[in-house]
Amino acid sequence: MAENEERLRRTMMFVPGNNPAMVKDAGIYGADSIMFDLEDSVSLPEKDAARLLVYEALQTQDYGTAEMVVRVNGQDTPFYDNDVKAMVKAGIDVIRLPKAESPEMVEKLDADIAAAEKEFGREAGSTHLMAAIESAKGVLRAADIAAASDRMIGIALSAEDYTTDMKTHRYPDGRELEFARNMVLHAARAAGVAAFDTVFTNMDDTEGFYRETEYIHQLGFDGKSLVNPRQIPMVNKVYEPTEAEIKNARNVINAIQEAKLKGSGVISMNGQMVDRPVVLRAQRVMKLAKASNLVDEEGNYLEK
Amino acid sequence: MEIKKTAIAGTLESSDIQLMISQADSGIAIDLQSDVKKVFGDQIEAVITTTLNEMGVTAAKVKAVDKGALDCVIKARTIAAVQRAAETTATPAWEVL
Repeated sequence: MAENEERLRRTMMFVPGNNPAMVKDAGIYGADSIMFDLEDSVSLPEKDAARLLVYEALQTQDYGTAEMVVRVNGQDTPFYDNDVKAMVKAGIDVIRLPKAESPEMVEKLDADIAAAEKEFGREAGSTHLMAAIESAKGVLRAADIAAASDRMIGIALSAEDYTTDMKTHRYPDGRELEFARNMVLHAARAAGVAAFDTVFTNMDDTEGFYRETEYIHQLGFDGKSLVNPRQIPMVNKVYEPTEAEIKNARNVINAIQEAKLKGSGVISMNGQMVDRPVVLRAQRVMKLAKASNLVDEEGNYLEK
Repeated sequence: MEIKKTAIAGTLESSDIQLMISQADSGIAIDLQSDVKKVFGDQIEAVITTTLNEMGVTAAKVKAVDKGALDCVIKARTIAAVQRAAETTATPAWEVL
């Protein structure tokens, strides 16, 4: 598990790696994570060109505070080795492994990253990784995959390949994904890494998008993969805490500070004990509130 | 690096540049088409020439059609075209990146 567990990862925006206009503008939409794709969105004859384009863009473009992710080609392709080397040399934050089916695949990526960090003089351990679960095999081994590397920051469900593997397809209500979603989420939580839900591709179905996002938010996913920047404010809205949640979280945090000053070990608020899960939830609410610009520097709620 | 065959990289989409590199007897000759040639022509050619020099290409004909590419795109497409023309795509020149 990589150490940056508390980072917000509500939105991971997919950007086709061989499209200069989209690669150039990827930073302006406010996604928490930007994922340049070298895999499925790039045709076979353009794999080399996409890799070079993403590499050069990472050297020169300003993507702000977004976490930078690259989806490399699979380990069964001739592009994988050079993708990993180039992205480690470029100083990418996270390498995303597609079609992860076993912890051994993650261990191989970990070793390949370590070798590349050494070759190109990058700090050992500075490149993180994540895995995409895209098959029945992957879902059943999700727990082992999520715990397979110290570089791991999260696992993602990729529903298009998964539903094909399951001999079904995607339905508007998402019931075909119930088991996979819960497996991926539990595997991520057990390993202490982030859980990313799959993309929602029907851009015309706004209602369906909100329904799905509210559902995965309720389950406990960190966030969602996106194919269109228009979906970023929609996801952020779902993850935005309410005024009551923010005020309650602020009271919890104030109560801890007060207890610390008094040197008291047990914290109570409105007559109820405040224990660790309550504090953790309060801290996450405040982080979401800050990211949604709902509070000022001191944590005071800002009226809309 | 020796240019062994004619190769193309890049597209004609907005913000991209398409480069065709082919063999030449000596020297670098660049034929650039761009809507912003008057203002950025020298800069675009400089990025191409510098990248070719870094890759050790001393003789090549370059035809470039620019659609408003940033320097990083021009560099990336030049490297891709040269590696394709030199048939070294599978063993990239890491030191040039």
